[in-house]
Amino acid sequence: MKFAVLAFPGSNCEMDLYNAIKDIIKEDVELVSYKNDSLAGFDAVLIPGGFSYGDYLRSGAIARFSPIIPALQEFAKSGRPVLGICNGFQILTEAGLLPGSLQKNVSAKFICKTEPLVVNSNKSMFSSAYQAGQLISLPIAHGDGNYYCDQDTLRELVTNDQIVFKYANNPNGSIDNIAGIINKAGNVLGMMPHPERAVEAVLGSDDGKGVFQSIVNHIKSRGVIYE
Amino acid sequence: MNSVMDQTTEATPEQIRDKKLYQSMGLTDHEYGLIKDDVLHRLPNYTEVGLFSGMWSEHCSYKNSKPVLKKFFTKGKHVVKGPGEGAGIIDIGDNQGVVFKAESHNHPSAVEPFQGATTGVGGILRDIFSMGARPIASMDSLRFAEPKTDADKYFIQQIIAGISAYGNCIGIPTVGGDTAFDDAYAHNPLINVMSVGLMDLDKIEVGAAAGVGNSIIYVGHKTGRDGINGASFASFQFDSEHESQRSAVQVGDPFEEKLVMEGCLDVINNHSDALVGIQDMGAAGLVSSSAEMGSKAGGNGMALNLDLVPQREAGMSAFELMLSESQERMLLCVKAGQEDEVLNVFKDHGVNAVVIGHVTEGHNYKLLHHGKVVADVPVDSLASQAPVYHRESAVPEHLKNADSKQYQPQISNPTETLKEMLGQLTIASKESIYETYDTQVQTNTVVAPGSDAAVVRVRHHDKALAITTDVNGRYLYLNPRVGGTMAVAEAARNIVASGAVPLGITDCLNFGNPEKPDQFYELDQAVMGMSEACEKFEAPVISGNVSLNNEYDNVPIYPTPMVGMVGLIKGLEHITTQDFKQAGDLVYVVGKTEAGFNGSQIQKMQTGEIAGKLFDFDLDYEVKIQKLVTEAIQHLLLNSAHDISEGGLITAIAESTFGNQLGVDLASELSVADFFSESQSRFIVSVPQEKQAEFEQLVGNDAQKLGKVVDDNHLFVQANDGYFDLDVDKALGIWKGALPCRLK
Repeated sequence: MKFAVLAFPGSNCEMDLYNAIKDIIKEDVELVSYKNDSLAGFDAVLIPGGFSYGDYLRSGAIARFSPIIPALQEFAKSGRPVLGICNGFQILTEAGLLPGSLQKNVSAKFICKTEPLVVNSNKSMFSSAYQAGQLISLPIAHGDGNYYCDQDTLRELVTNDQIVFKYANNPNGSIDNIAGIINKAGNVLGMMPHPERAVEAVLGSDDGKGVFQSIVNHIKSRGVIYE
Repeated sequence: MNSVMDQTTEATPEQIRDKKLYQSMGLTDHEYGLIKDDVLHRLPNYTEVGLFSGMWSEHCSYKNSKPVLKKFFTKGKHVVKGPGEGAGIIDIGDNQGVVFKAESHNHPSAVEPFQGATTGVGGILRDIFSMGARPIASMDSLRFAEPKTDADKYFIQQIIAGISAYGNCIGIPTVGGDTAFDDAYAHNPLINVMSVGLMDLDKIEVGAAAGVGNSIIYVGHKTGRDGINGASFASFQFDSEHESQRSAVQVGDPFEEKLVMEGCLDVINNHSDALVGIQDMGAAGLVSSSAEMGSKAGGNGMALNLDLVPQREAGMSAFELMLSESQERMLLCVKAGQEDEVLNVFKDHGVNAVVIGHVTEGHNYKLLHHGKVVADVPVDSLASQAPVYHRESAVPEHLKNADSKQYQPQISNPTETLKEMLGQLTIASKESIYETYDTQVQTNTVVAPGSDAAVVRVRHHDKALAITTDVNGRYLYLNPRVGGTMAVAEAARNIVASGAVPLGITDCLNFGNPEKPDQFYELDQAVMGMSEACEKFEAPVISGNVSLNNEYDNVPIYPTPMVGMVGLIKGLEHITTQDFKQAGDLVYVVGKTEAGFNGSQIQKMQTGEIAGKLFDFDLDYEVKIQKLVTEAIQHLLLNSAHDISEGGLITAIAESTFGNQLGVDLASELSVADFFSESQSRFIVSVPQEKQAEFEQLVGNDAQKLGKVVDDNHLFVQANDGYFDLDVDKALGIWKGALPCRLK
């Protein structure tokens, strides 16, 4: 199977994702420029962290108008997995692929540390490799990670089992301790923590491997039948 | 200096001479005379005076420090490039080089902390990638006064926010550094940043422009009226009558820098046949980068057409265009005929790039503006013929009759003294600072901030780099020479504790006014002391930076030569951290403890001052102890190793318990006071029981067993005249809580 890692001007975790997939998950992976207008041939799309366009207007707000975005929206509509991490999550909410938005952390500061998370749902194609309720450690590194949505949306997220990861000790003020959510169809995940930074024990944790392994399992179990 | 003065209102050459207008740009009568009589043999015009004021500033010319810098030990069999280029390079095998340099941004930060800090980070990164290296880690070394007022707290928070904003955005991890507090830095805070890059050795680039007809290409942000003549400004001293010089401070844009960096690395890696040279536009902006580039190539001149320089605002004068320190700009020299190839690379990366001039016959540096020649001077006169001053040196008053008796700590309740020590800002945890830095991006950070040295692995190789910054200005205040040696020794101790062997150092020499003999003495002595240690550790100086005139109302800072050291770890299994790992491990102190109290944290804590003669230091013994610890690590005998420095042995023991919240049960023949001594050449290490015999045989009498790591979360240390007795979580609470509490 083949992963696409999108790269926007100002992305800075694209190589980390690329290396994680290539060296650790050992699957095919290719960097795809924001200038492209097609995602044909890929089984899953990863949107990396960073500061696309400097995050100068609002995190993810400018990247959302890149040439690649219509192709991404098409790709998502087809049901194939799309994972946005950190700035990638912000881009997904800006592009209307996930509900809610990411606000400034309540501390008003950037926070980088390894946080305990609870796997709130292991029924998604991104979390099947974990146990439900499992406690994992993943690094966070963001200034705008405070997830917010209105109460109706939150009720919907809960009812549809769309909340995949929750913080054990909410570090940024997110509503309902939300660290990662999927769309209603279940094939688009946005999460603030960085699973790609936790795929090797030498770097402190390999708890993040499960996210990528789940995607691989999902694709391989159903065979490559897209397109 | 009127920075918005345009050409029509510029002073005439005669007015500059008669009214001595050059003085306000930082040139002395003597220097103006040299330009007029020896270099040009005519009166320089306004633009030319500006060019010389920037290029002959201390910041660009090192005119006061050059004779001192020559004393540095810079040789070594692994040195690929020593001082002189943007950054130095050391060979680490496998055709790989590690590139590193440090830079101070003290003056801009003092005036505008957030932008001063961001542009400090941006500048040092450009030095690294202009060599052809990809930056892999940054460090910051900060010195502040103890925060008292809301303004003090705001200042510190803005510095940290600036470093965080720039480094996080561009995606280069800030993996460590050091922060200390002392009122000696009240009006001259020190903001030093270091960056480390990695490169393939067959891709070295130099900042030289050669070959008549080759093109000079300007890359990056447009030039604006920010930071006009900042290099000259940085070389002034502050006083209470000149508080506001904000117009001399630049504004940083990390997003632009990221694009510029990717574009430059693309050109260096994939279009090297077109590229002749590349240089950062840093201090003194366009004039500095172009004149240095022209001068280094040798044998040719350069002509620039300033009308082609991308400009942020209308009506900028030649003076402003040449002296602006607008950020995120680079200058390239590209072979004639291959300009489009390079311009297209930058276009693809979304970066401005334009040809602004050419390498010419002859030796002159010629600037055209609005169709007129606005400057025409010998290129070498700007870049390499600044006057060099051999300053007078005299022993400072406070050293003349220093009391040789060591301070005696007053301790009635050892546990209370330890608690007080853990709450001192210099000792306390800096977590609230470094958790605002992205320490992990690039996914190579094996040891994040909080241990002795940061460790960043070299991907796809079984090796890693250890990085540290260190200096204790108090030691140098009491003895600049020995203190300088100690700064390098402590850096090496941190490198060794992490499992590495020192490769080399960079430095930021933060000192007072070199024109005052007692302050020049400190610089001169410190460099000699540092150099001696560098030679002993085989860790040459490969790059550095000088920040002089750090004085306020005639009082200088403590002499503070920041040492940034990089070490190599061959084999990831040698990576060692300071935290005790498991109950049952045996705890040893390696190296002997002596009375080291003058200049210590406990002297400051108990008396409020730093005084007396600095305690003794034996460099050969230091080397011996460090070699023992290296050998123990390489034989896999240690589960932890931690340098003993500020706060002494008891502080190092407490810090070693924090990471995994393990306790200790220790006893020693030392007195309670000895536990606060800062005598050098010591480590606290833990050894698994099955390695006891092998370890003891290796270290012999150079280590004393103190006891064991225990799992009851309790720190108990018996001294010969009392004991320390404290819950680890309580100690941890004090240590972690002190800084956030004082910055609230």
